[in-house]
Amino acid sequence: MFKYFPHTEKDIKDMLEVTKVDSIDALFNGLPTKLGYRYDYNLPRSMSENALRSHFKQLEKKNQPLITFRGGGIYDHYIPSAISEIVRREEFLTSYTPYQPEIAQGTLQYIFEFQSMICELTGMDVSNASMYDGATASAEAMFMATAITKRKKILISEALFDGVKEVIKTYAKYRQIEVIEVPSKEGHLALDLSHLEDIAGLIVQLPNKYGLIEDFSLIAQKIKENKGLMIINSDLQVHSLIKSPREMGADISIGHLQSLGMPMFFGGAHAGFLATTKEHIRKMPGRICGLTNDIDGKRGFVLTLQAREQHIRREKANSNICSNQSLMALWATIYLSLMGKQGLKEVNEQCYKNSHYLEEQLLKLESFKRVYQGFYIKEFVIETTLDRNKLETYLIKKGFLSGIMLEEKQLIFSVTERRTKEEIDQFVCEIARFEHDTLR
Amino acid sequence: MTPYDKLIFELSKTGRVGYQLDKPLETSFNLADELPINLKRQAQANLPEVSELDVVRHYSNVSRKNHGVETGFYPLGSCTMKYNPKINEEMASLDGFKHIHPLQPEQSTQGSLELYYQTQEMLSEITGMAAFSMNSFAGAQGELAGLMIIKAYHEHQGNTHKTKIIVPDSAHGTNPASAAVCGFDIIEVKSNPDGTVNLKALKEVLSDEVAGIMLTNPNTLGIFEKDILKISKLIHGVGGLLYYDGANLNALLGVARPGDMGFDIIHLNLHKTFSTPHGGGGPGSGPVGVVKKLKDYLPYPAVNQKRGKYVFEKPKHTIGRISGYYGNFSVVLKAYSFIRSLGKENLEQVGRLSVLNANYIKASLQDDYHLPIKKHCMHEVVFDGLKDKSSGVTTLDVAKRMLDFGIHPPTIYFPLVFHQALMIEPVENESKETLDEFIGILKQIAKEAKETPELVKNAPYHTVVRRLDEVKAARNPIVKYKDIV
Repeated sequence: MFKYFPHTEKDIKDMLEVTKVDSIDALFNGLPTKLGYRYDYNLPRSMSENALRSHFKQLEKKNQPLITFRGGGIYDHYIPSAISEIVRREEFLTSYTPYQPEIAQGTLQYIFEFQSMICELTGMDVSNASMYDGATASAEAMFMATAITKRKKILISEALFDGVKEVIKTYAKYRQIEVIEVPSKEGHLALDLSHLEDIAGLIVQLPNKYGLIEDFSLIAQKIKENKGLMIINSDLQVHSLIKSPREMGADISIGHLQSLGMPMFFGGAHAGFLATTKEHIRKMPGRICGLTNDIDGKRGFVLTLQAREQHIRREKANSNICSNQSLMALWATIYLSLMGKQGLKEVNEQCYKNSHYLEEQLLKLESFKRVYQGFYIKEFVIETTLDRNKLETYLIKKGFLSGIMLEEKQLIFSVTERRTKEEIDQFVCEIARFEHDTLR
Repeated sequence: MTPYDKLIFELSKTGRVGYQLDKPLETSFNLADELPINLKRQAQANLPEVSELDVVRHYSNVSRKNHGVETGFYPLGSCTMKYNPKINEEMASLDGFKHIHPLQPEQSTQGSLELYYQTQEMLSEITGMAAFSMNSFAGAQGELAGLMIIKAYHEHQGNTHKTKIIVPDSAHGTNPASAAVCGFDIIEVKSNPDGTVNLKALKEVLSDEVAGIMLTNPNTLGIFEKDILKISKLIHGVGGLLYYDGANLNALLGVARPGDMGFDIIHLNLHKTFSTPHGGGGPGSGPVGVVKKLKDYLPYPAVNQKRGKYVFEKPKHTIGRISGYYGNFSVVLKAYSFIRSLGKENLEQVGRLSVLNANYIKASLQDDYHLPIKKHCMHEVVFDGLKDKSSGVTTLDVAKRMLDFGIHPPTIYFPLVFHQALMIEPVENESKETLDEFIGILKQIAKEAKETPELVKNAPYHTVVRRLDEVKAARNPIVKYKDIV
């Protein structure tokens, strides 16, 4: 037999006897004969643990770990070691959706804590138990806005990350929602305020795809005057210091949570969040955990307001979403607990120092020029006359991941608190060497 | 000992920290001084201030209030609560996968891309599809992507009048919900008493406007759709497509393939069939597979192999992007590890052993619990409450009483076809001893229901909390710490 199958021959015999059939095959006699009851897969044979380990080592070697100066929504932040140790506890890892609350108080409690922390950082009244990612959270926010306003047009900032924009457009297409992109000027949102009367809402991003942080308060006011919804997609990491989405006038606050100490992991698994005001609580997608008490009056938690959800409402549900990214919500909750009030601020302060230091060093080189004047914390755009593709390949050889290529000549670099002075200096030194070789 | 009852916020003390960063760079750049006043946060975020041990001890204590697969038997129907092998977790903790940025150029991520591609290929072989996309985060999103493919395909063929999706009344709630999100009109068809599709009812709703049908096979009552080949002929006959909800694929591993039954689109749940942890409700992964003619409609970016290199591609008629990057890579990695561990010979046993387990329970409990469907079940068995209902003990009561015996109750009140459904799914990892213990407990509860019904009606007694007031929670939602301070 196999290590994950406990059935001995005797077990099988005894069980068949109770079941009153001669063979396991006989249990499949309801299948059409054409389909048979045994399929012979064309697949590789079983691997022992040792063999599997070597196989994975081989695969791992085909990836190149790089010292990263790239962001675009995924950041190489510090990951406290306590998180993965806790998250790997079997009671968290191997349980399912807390439908039996009496034996799922662990999951329910951390979801309650997660919601509480999301509300603290966003300033919103209510958060759900997490979403798949920031991009799908944006699409769900769009659905909320169109459902609440009963309008079919949504404005999105051109300066959302490309992935986010594309997901919004995919979801919109099948619901006949019209998506209109609002252009940027000098890296900032340039919204024509005169035609907002039939708009369900506006989705903006903070920091935007150019790394810039802008105040959306006035725009939010205009959107609201026209009875639309202001939707801010943001990196929660920055809100320890920057105005909360609520303070900027958000009706719905969403975002991707990877920057809260999650490994980059080739883009997932991470989680997104979605929070809103009390007014819209019954229009939210996804699970929500609420506090209550048991028949002895003891404090406890349950999934609540389930009448919004697919398993009750079927085709009339707010959303088809069924699960959350629970374990990653736990990840974020532990990160926020460890970092606390002070830690998030310190992370931002260090990102600020590091990224501005890199920018300063690059601007000293002949072929780099500043692009935008706006305020940024960890990601900035710079223009270069160098061949960006060749530069990227050169730097990979040296063990670095350089910035993302934006429009013509532009690169956007991201520098987190994890980058040391030595790494930054070495990075600049390699770029200078490349520049020297190119210009010579 | 009184159970632990603290929120992390209640441990907070001003000035405590649970982290340590490097020393900051010595430069003149200073965020506090240079932050524009109009961007400054007004009200402080009240995050907890706690030490590392505070955090570790708190969450260890919180975790103990959960029941997991490793705590005890977890026969939750339709959820396939398998053992989550340790080796998969070990493989998922390798630095060479964990610290890879999704926007690294392809030449530097060949290992991750190979893993993606090989998983797609193996899933295609297991299901009889031509190609897979791993981009969807969960089963429900896989459904949505699959339905988008149906819509895009028909529109591309000029068949914009195909706006209707057929869903049996025994389907999972996500099926009609996903179809609605995708902008389809839903036709619900009545099922036979065993949850299988009623061919007569199906024929009545067939028309040129049918875009497709969504089926779970085995269905939500654990019964194989015996007319599947006829259904497929009927649907294809009106130009529709067959969608396979992979929720119950476990029964068919090593038995039969959805592709051979006529299905055109399929979503899988890696967290069910392929052993990745449920994690309290995610992260899951819901890959979408399609037959050859639908390959060009798969989500973007697709992973392909070209001249020995793995590359991202944009399928010609792609439905578009459905995830910010490429889905839950870490979950796919664990599923890959699972498939390679089991290999061909053991994967082929999965369906057979899980079906044996379910039928053993079925045969053992039919004297005490009402069994509406007598024929062989597949990987799960559905009872309709106690056989003797005279004491007024409900399925909910039975489930709550099970908690006192340290087992996770089955899925209850689903499928809706029965009023008192108890849906039991004992996966292939569970031993005869575990099943016997479970059977013994259920028999004992049936006995209690007859002799001391109040005992069952007031259960549980030995859990950290007892029955919770859900009405109160919904009437006056308290959804964050701030609401109680």
